[in-house]
Amino acid sequence: MTDDTAAQAARTSVDPARGNLLFGSQPDVAGAAGYTDARPRMGFFTDTSVCIGCKACEVACKEWNAIPEDGLELTGMSYDNTQGLGADTWRHVAFIEQRKPLGGQEPGIGHEDVDVFAAAADLGTSPSSPGPGATVPEPGSVPAGAPTGAISPVAPDGRTELRWLMSSDVCKHCTHAACLDVCPTGSLFRTEFGTVVVQEDICNGCGYCVPACPYGVIDQRPDDGRAWKCTLCYDRLGTGMEPACAKACPTDSIQFGPVDELRERAATRVERLRAAGVTDARLYGEDPQDGVGGDGAFFLLLDQPEVYGLPPDPVVTTRDLPAMWRHAAAAAASLAAMAVVSFVRRAR
Amino acid sequence: MTGSDVTRDGLEGARPGRDAVTGEPTGRRRRRRGHGERAMVPEAEFSSYYGKPVLNRPTWKPLDIAGYLYLGGLAGASSLLAAGGQVTGRPGLARVAKLGAAGAMSLSLAALVHDLGRPARFVNMLRVFKPTSPMSLGSWLLAGYAPLAVAAAAADVTGRHRAVGAAATVGAAALGPAVATYTAVLISDTAVPSWHEGYRELPFVFAGSGATAAAGLALACAPARDTGPARRLAAAGAALELGSFRLMKRRMGLAAEPYEQGGPHRLLRSAEVLTAGGAVLATYAGRAGCRSGRARLLTTGAGAALLTGSAALRFGVFHAGVASAEDPRYTVVPQRERLEAQAQARSEDH
Repeated sequence: MTDDTAAQAARTSVDPARGNLLFGSQPDVAGAAGYTDARPRMGFFTDTSVCIGCKACEVACKEWNAIPEDGLELTGMSYDNTQGLGADTWRHVAFIEQRKPLGGQEPGIGHEDVDVFAAAADLGTSPSSPGPGATVPEPGSVPAGAPTGAISPVAPDGRTELRWLMSSDVCKHCTHAACLDVCPTGSLFRTEFGTVVVQEDICNGCGYCVPACPYGVIDQRPDDGRAWKCTLCYDRLGTGMEPACAKACPTDSIQFGPVDELRERAATRVERLRAAGVTDARLYGEDPQDGVGGDGAFFLLLDQPEVYGLPPDPVVTTRDLPAMWRHAAAAAASLAAMAVVSFVRRAR
Repeated sequence: MTGSDVTRDGLEGARPGRDAVTGEPTGRRRRRRGHGERAMVPEAEFSSYYGKPVLNRPTWKPLDIAGYLYLGGLAGASSLLAAGGQVTGRPGLARVAKLGAAGAMSLSLAALVHDLGRPARFVNMLRVFKPTSPMSLGSWLLAGYAPLAVAAAAADVTGRHRAVGAAATVGAAALGPAVATYTAVLISDTAVPSWHEGYRELPFVFAGSGATAAAGLALACAPARDTGPARRLAAAGAALELGSFRLMKRRMGLAAEPYEQGGPHRLLRSAEVLTAGGAVLATYAGRAGCRSGRARLLTTGAGAALLTGSAALRFGVFHAGVASAEDPRYTVVPQRERLEAQAQARSEDH
């Protein structure tokens, strides 16, 4: 009991300078990886509430990083024919169609000087607008409760509002990255920006990072054999440029910057959305206390993460690695003991 | 438009694509879980992105990696039998076990290199020593173990450098248990639900499975007078393997389901029958007296059953893990339940 609590205390105590090494919060992720001249941690804040699903990020990423084509197929399930992240898809825009209103929306176009009721009263009297019978449904042809003899807000099939959720997914550049932890060659490494990058001249295609990633991001390119994923445009960061996807995003749904600053911006944004009546708005991956120690690339979502194909509570698998080795050592000892006992007992 | 809706209560009216895995529970499956075992987790509704998996499917080739899990266990436990046979004066047993360990380890290395996307870069495995990567530690372990196992076999066959051979035999036996059990850590240290959730018991399953494989090889090939220890190892290994596997499935919750469905279920069921049957047969043939021709035949049969059973277990575990990664249900439902339990605990605190 006392041993257990002591071990628990040892595991949960945090060196203030270096933070946790295997899981938990880690304020200086590049410093913990050994950088003495670490730069501020950089990342993405993807605000899906303003994503319009244009896929400019997917195209910009493919173009800049010279990623090969990986099949042109139509899924038939939605406008999403990319389907998910992989070796040849480092940005993926998800499309979800829901029968649910999106909350109050401001079109941002001034119509204050237009009197729509006056315009409706003019219907049929001016030559530019057709007669009332052309747009107003006949009594009896619309669902009960819908106003007849006037302009109807209800569609003939009875459906009301509909919303599309669109979200551009990317590598999360975890604080505790399982892919990096399990890589046996040192091909995956932590950059001075706190991001996680594969060195393609080192990777020998062992494939261990693929099942290790709790988000299903990194994958092996079949013809090439090596593992590939988002580099957060390491080559562009080095010269002070922002990543290609963020640069191409027309609505600033993808925001790039120091993670600390993005976290503040995200907290303000989610509060504003909630105050405006979008009660579904929530942040995903921004919490340094979560199972991967917080993501370098985090999101503002409008529904539960699993609706977007994201795991609701991912945990870095190496959190349990010390316990795994303890159990394996006990198993090895019992195997040796079984063998010894087999020889010690004399045959009849 | 597909006419489907993603609602808070899950996907409604969805027509999944050709490859979609829905993971919908059926009545038949519930009944199959029976045999006195209660379903640990009630069937849960969950949301997913058009039924697509959250995780990427492991890219390891089944023949290479499940084959390595099997051969690594066979080699590691055989080295123990080899050292025991040498120390207790059973040269026939020692020779079979040494040759088995060296052969299985050579095949393992070939399979591991073959599975790499860039086989020419296999030596990069020894580029760093990385305690957080079980594959890195395993590479260093094999780099130490394989030469010892091969040297022990070579010295035994050629009859030269006996002192070196004896030292290599002892060294291989010291590393053997680690070789046989670290592979459980290798596959547990992933996000694959049916591998990760079993990390407590899987090393014991693999230790037992390695023991039955090594005992099976010795029973099938060693001279009858030397097989006493192999019979006892077979019985102990089978008990450890089957016992800890049952315990593992009971403790895993929803992640145990892939072990009880389809192909993996058939493989694991035959592994159970072959291992238990082989161990019983080996014990019975030992009691019946070892000189008679019939007992020799029974012993060989027991050995073959144990070898096949161990292989079936490794392939079953491998394929069950892959199946759990391909179905979003095994990723989403336990995590969602964990979040809800935490939220409930927090609300009770306040």
